[in-house]
Amino acid sequence: MAKSVAPGRPNQFLRNLNSKIACIPMMLTALVIFLGGTVWTVIYSFTNSKLLPRATFVGFDQYERLWAASRWIISIQNLAIYGVLCLIFSLLIGFVLAALMDQKIRFENTFRTIFLYPFALSFIVTGLVWQWVLNPEYGVQGVVRSLGWESFTFDPLYTPEIVIYGILIAGLWQGTGLVMCLMLAGLRGIDEDIWKAARVDGIPMWKTYIFIVIPMMRPVFITTLVLIASGIVKLYDLVVAQTSGGPGNASEVPAKYVYDYMFQAQNLGQGFAASTMMLLTVAIIVVPWAYLEFGGRKRV
Amino acid sequence: MSDTSTLNATTAGIDAMSPELKVRSSLNPGPRGRRPKRVLSRRNIFLYGILGLAALYYLLPLYVMVVTSLKGMPEIRLGNIFSPPVEITFEPWVKAWAQACTGLNCDGLSRGFWNSVRILVPSVVVSILVASVSGYALANWRFKGSELFFSILIVGAFIPYQVMIYPIVIILRELGIYGTLTGLVIVHTIFGMPILTLLFRNYFASLPEELFKAARIDGAGFWQIYGRIMLPMSLPIFVVAMILQVTGIWNDFLFGVVFTRPDTYPMTVQLNNIVNSVQGVKEYNVNMAATLLTGAVPLIVYFVSGRLFVRGIAAGAVKG
Repeated sequence: MAKSVAPGRPNQFLRNLNSKIACIPMMLTALVIFLGGTVWTVIYSFTNSKLLPRATFVGFDQYERLWAASRWIISIQNLAIYGVLCLIFSLLIGFVLAALMDQKIRFENTFRTIFLYPFALSFIVTGLVWQWVLNPEYGVQGVVRSLGWESFTFDPLYTPEIVIYGILIAGLWQGTGLVMCLMLAGLRGIDEDIWKAARVDGIPMWKTYIFIVIPMMRPVFITTLVLIASGIVKLYDLVVAQTSGGPGNASEVPAKYVYDYMFQAQNLGQGFAASTMMLLTVAIIVVPWAYLEFGGRKRV
Repeated sequence: MSDTSTLNATTAGIDAMSPELKVRSSLNPGPRGRRPKRVLSRRNIFLYGILGLAALYYLLPLYVMVVTSLKGMPEIRLGNIFSPPVEITFEPWVKAWAQACTGLNCDGLSRGFWNSVRILVPSVVVSILVASVSGYALANWRFKGSELFFSILIVGAFIPYQVMIYPIVIILRELGIYGTLTGLVIVHTIFGMPILTLLFRNYFASLPEELFKAARIDGAGFWQIYGRIMLPMSLPIFVVAMILQVTGIWNDFLFGVVFTRPDTYPMTVQLNNIVNSVQGVKEYNVNMAATLLTGAVPLIVYFVSGRLFVRGIAAGAVKG
């Protein structure tokens, strides 16, 4: 594009050669890993690979086995519960905190620093801290009991029915700060005149938020939603650190299923099938969003 | 009612005259229509009360970590986890750093720490270099198909890692670098690329085009313009990218587990193995000291970088 027309018509391939050379790693990543790797995994999910990938195709066998496995069903259920609640609560908490932060408060920086610092920590650290805080003997339950409420029970990490909520608490602790920051940026992007107009019309503040500001923040909400959702599908480290999938397999999640089958149970086919299901989940979330976001416009 | 609107009209008039005054008047608390003054203080109690409670919830785990790591085990067994230590001891920290066991090795977290440093430094440098050059090429030297590759890259950012991990294992094995540091650096470079390339591309595209054109007329080539003009002008974005990568790579667990061997496990993996090991008596104070040690690096980065960190994650957030 930038090169002038040289006499004798230069080789098309040599135009911008340096730029192409510089982009080789990027192109390789895009083509070989992102595109090639994904296609490879999807194709091999239809084989009966065990210890090593083998190209013997068995149709949907792996998927049938996958959906017949109780551990996979539990994983999916957990992911669904965690996912829905995590979305609702992080949007809710994130927005409320952002709205409070937007009231021209003092110490805004201090509060933001406090809300956001967990996001700098890894899921492993998060999981281990909350494992300790929720420890039934010494943690929250133990403390409340020692205060005299002997029958107090709050023991999510060792109760199969509610273990996923224990993980949710930790996940929210780690992630809501980010949502708050995004929401705050969205709120700051709202024109001051909108507020003035609403004030002139005598509309109460909460109504202004619900009927004017939130609809105006639709793009921020959608971006945040996609962001949280694609993070939720990847949920892995937190579970490994906090419960190792236990008690029993009550807190298993799909990403852990994939890892365990690929690298520990030597059952690659199952791992591939499960990871393809994860891919499908992400596609269901991302494709409509990408279509809405970029489909209407010509270019990014 | 009419009074307030005239008032607002006046303030609007003042606003229009002086931007400084506008800032000051916007410092007044939000829209409240015709409420009396008294509500202001009640509103503040409510506001700061909720924010304070939330802050407490966020700070509590950090506090518990610190407090627990400074207690001795007998004290932990007796007291509750929220009480401050009666006798402060740094024993757990020493033990976590130098003696904690994973499997047969009992040389503590220090090994994981140095492994992580060895992984971190080359990964950060290589990933940022590669991504900045790609972003620069995509912003200023587009060629046929460059946008297509970029789109694939951005879409790829949403694909779960689990989908691509095994093909990478195979490729690295074929290249003979599976389980080595080089292999892991490549993996971090690959998965850091979408977001970093986007970051750099957008930044370079926002620089004035005249600069680029002037350099072209003066005869500067691809690498010259990158090294002499773009690089010196974009230090802030390099810092943002560095913050992003340092915290991201330090906190990584999955790639560490998959692409390294036990003696080169990064700190997060070793931490998890120490704390969640089923053998021996659980030493909660040592565990918490180890957890704090692992979290220290990203926390320091966070507290030192402050606003830039927010910028970094905001940049990370708009990926895609």
